[in-house]
Amino acid sequence: MSGPRVVVTGMGWVTGLGHSVDSVWKRLLNAESGMEPTTRFDARTFPTSFAAEVKKDFDFRGFVKDPAIHASAGLNSQFALGAASQAWKQSGLAATPPKDPRRVGLYLGAGEGVLDFDNYVATMLHAWDGATGKVDGVKWAARGLACMDRLKEIEQEPNMPLAHLAREFNCRGPAYNCLTACAASTQAIGEAFSILRRGDADVMISGGTHTMIHPLGVTGFNRLTALSERKGDPTEASRPFSVDRGGFVMGEGSGMVVLETLEHAMARGATPLAEVTGYGSSCDAYRITDIQPQGRGAAVAMLEALRQAGIDPHARDAQGRPPIQYISAHGTGTKENDSIETKAVKAVFGDLAKSIPMSSIKSMMGHLIAAAGAVEFMTCVLAIRDGMLPPTRNLKNPDPELDLDYVPNQARAAKVDVCISNNFGFGGQNDSLVIARFRA
Amino acid sequence: MPRQNRRVVITGIGPIAPAGLGIDALWAALLEGRSGVAPCASFDAAGFSCPFVAQLPADRFDVRQVVPKSYRKATKVMSRDIELAVGAAHEAVRTAGLVTKAHEPADGTVTIAPDRMGCHIGAGLIAAEENELTAALATSRKADGSFDIAAWGATGMQNLTPLWMLKYLPNMLACHVTICHDCQGPSNTITCGEASALLSIGESMRVIGRGAADACLSGGAESKVNLMAVLRQQFAGRLAKAGVGDDPSKVVRPFAGDAIGGVPGEGGGILVLEAAESAQARGGAALAELAGFGASQSFCPDTVGADPCRDGEGISDAMLAALDDAGLKAGEIDAVVPFGCGAVALDAAEAAAIRRVFGDRAAKLPLVTLAPAIGSCGAGFGAVAASVAVQCLRTGMLPARVNGDASLGLDAAPVAARKADPKAILVYTPSLGGQNAAIVVRSVA
Repeated sequence: MSGPRVVVTGMGWVTGLGHSVDSVWKRLLNAESGMEPTTRFDARTFPTSFAAEVKKDFDFRGFVKDPAIHASAGLNSQFALGAASQAWKQSGLAATPPKDPRRVGLYLGAGEGVLDFDNYVATMLHAWDGATGKVDGVKWAARGLACMDRLKEIEQEPNMPLAHLAREFNCRGPAYNCLTACAASTQAIGEAFSILRRGDADVMISGGTHTMIHPLGVTGFNRLTALSERKGDPTEASRPFSVDRGGFVMGEGSGMVVLETLEHAMARGATPLAEVTGYGSSCDAYRITDIQPQGRGAAVAMLEALRQAGIDPHARDAQGRPPIQYISAHGTGTKENDSIETKAVKAVFGDLAKSIPMSSIKSMMGHLIAAAGAVEFMTCVLAIRDGMLPPTRNLKNPDPELDLDYVPNQARAAKVDVCISNNFGFGGQNDSLVIARFRA
Repeated sequence: MPRQNRRVVITGIGPIAPAGLGIDALWAALLEGRSGVAPCASFDAAGFSCPFVAQLPADRFDVRQVVPKSYRKATKVMSRDIELAVGAAHEAVRTAGLVTKAHEPADGTVTIAPDRMGCHIGAGLIAAEENELTAALATSRKADGSFDIAAWGATGMQNLTPLWMLKYLPNMLACHVTICHDCQGPSNTITCGEASALLSIGESMRVIGRGAADACLSGGAESKVNLMAVLRQQFAGRLAKAGVGDDPSKVVRPFAGDAIGGVPGEGGGILVLEAAESAQARGGAALAELAGFGASQSFCPDTVGADPCRDGEGISDAMLAALDDAGLKAGEIDAVVPFGCGAVALDAAEAAAIRRVFGDRAAKLPLVTLAPAIGSCGAGFGAVAASVAVQCLRTGMLPARVNGDASLGLDAAPVAARKADPKAILVYTPSLGGQNAAIVVRSVA
């Protein structure tokens, strides 16, 4: 793929481990966990009653220019504003805004908003007729129109974080939200990268934002038996690649990055943090509940991203290292994902697979669902910057069938120049990004 | 600017709308100016400001008839939105003359290699089927009838089928479509309200353009005929103010001086987009060329976009970008398919955008208004609109127009279907939230 080079010039996140880039990064390198008992609703009797929630000390109003214009912001929009404001500031575009707002676009992978659960349920039950097994439409409308809030309802549309960011940063270029489950924000960054490469914008804000830590979100994943139901210490519940892994743990929050063409970044004297060099996307087209057992789609996505980046997965680099030096795994901690992801990495890198460190920060930060890819992308940029690999926490009982280097339990120093970040979504989407050290 | 561009053509269209599945049913209704608006059949909507919807009657579409036999069981976990997308995809593939896995070919031979087939489908915020969910919720009530979350967490949730959530994830439209037709290339789900389908079509165009796929199933689908969606339409200022005694066919009046709002609809469409060279190589007939695409974001005075910016500048930005991408001047456009849902503020913004782009020609440039026939089907609207634009190019006809008038300075007044031989048509959709998308389709005749 031809076109201008694309660099990262700003990053920000809001997570269960904090909401500044360096403080969260430090906690990841310390293998700290953000999991605690759920507080967003009374989950005490749910099969899963813990999560990595964004803590109460996060207040998006401290990040934006005028909180009043974002008065309606739901949690996803609040997280997005907090994360994107950090990224925008770091990029230098907060101090010197882009000259033409039409050349500034947005591509997010934001989730659906949080249902106004109490009023929703009260309305449903009010209108329920047990005898017919139906909700009475007229009773429902009377109650719903009276008790539900106009803006809270509109905020649940998945494109609302996009609307808030567009307003805050005056973006008038191409604007998209995609929602491909757990792959959404990786796909968003990949498509933002593709838009810049095509020359349809100079700057793109990209990333994801999501919380599913609400009654129906946890209900849905519990019914699918996708969540860990481990008893005891919640910080030990997320166990990617471990033989006793039992599902993922929900996180919430947002990761946002500023991407721009190298030419645009250089012209304004910005400092590239890293370069995006490849993006691959594929679809399993297999089953609604299962991943293709050989990891076919995952391997295709990685291979396409590597091809775009000009990397031969079977060739060591000039220093004798494997062609990439870190994989940010999707690594959810479900039996199926971790096993198939391992197969796919082996299929792509062959004999070199075992020499490439691969870890899952979901072991500490939880699974941010649509926003997972963005925070994991940022982890790759930080690994390159600091020469440190975040660990996979809770990997004390390795699965004998999973034999790659998962960076167990402790962060590790390593010279990293090229990384790949993988995410795979329920529904079969697979997305991979190649991130490289920026060299002029 | 570097513009990697393989030419992209449209080889199949599969709209799904109140008139039925497929372009023939829809086109017949449009030529006659037949309305799809009627009292809501799935629940009594009289408690909202408008009791009418644009719904696809059950006897006109049964998803079980269009999926492969081996896939019928999966229809149990399809929400209405998924059913619409699966039906539309079936029709699109049929009209394109493609053989896919869905045909269960005896020797396994398909027209296009699965890894070269992508899929981009716009989706809405899918509402949980209220009777199913409430039946489960009702098992967890306290003595006073209020909801008991402790009981729900402990046992009540088990009244929901394990796969319950998979009916409602927006990407499950594409998930089912990609499984049926074995699309293993890039797949995405765009969720930008009413702009979703055209943004998806645009993304497919780029994916094919840069060589990441040779063909894509592309479009969108949504049902707004459910309680939560109707409530949100009313909250967003989009729902008509009409009484049960009103004539449903007269409620939606796009660009009219006496417009009273829109009606919720269900529908959408899937198109088959292909690289021109690939279509030619397989002997597939191009119905039209997808010549240009543009996207933009509007400034939203209220941030969320329920109150659109009346100058329509963001909408015209998308139109101009699509024209530029197609290498056409505004003067070379022969007709426009607007969103035109009949909501006063949004219609005014669209009218301002049309006048900005087309100047003096705006008053005479034919608008193809669809909302009286199909209502506001959210993420699906742009795909119906794109399919209709293709049909106009193929037949040389413009369909009848009902209920509008010229008060906004546009060619929007009632008119019968007529021969017009359009060569290039602009289609656009603005969204609640401020995203705009536009495409230009061009005749290949």
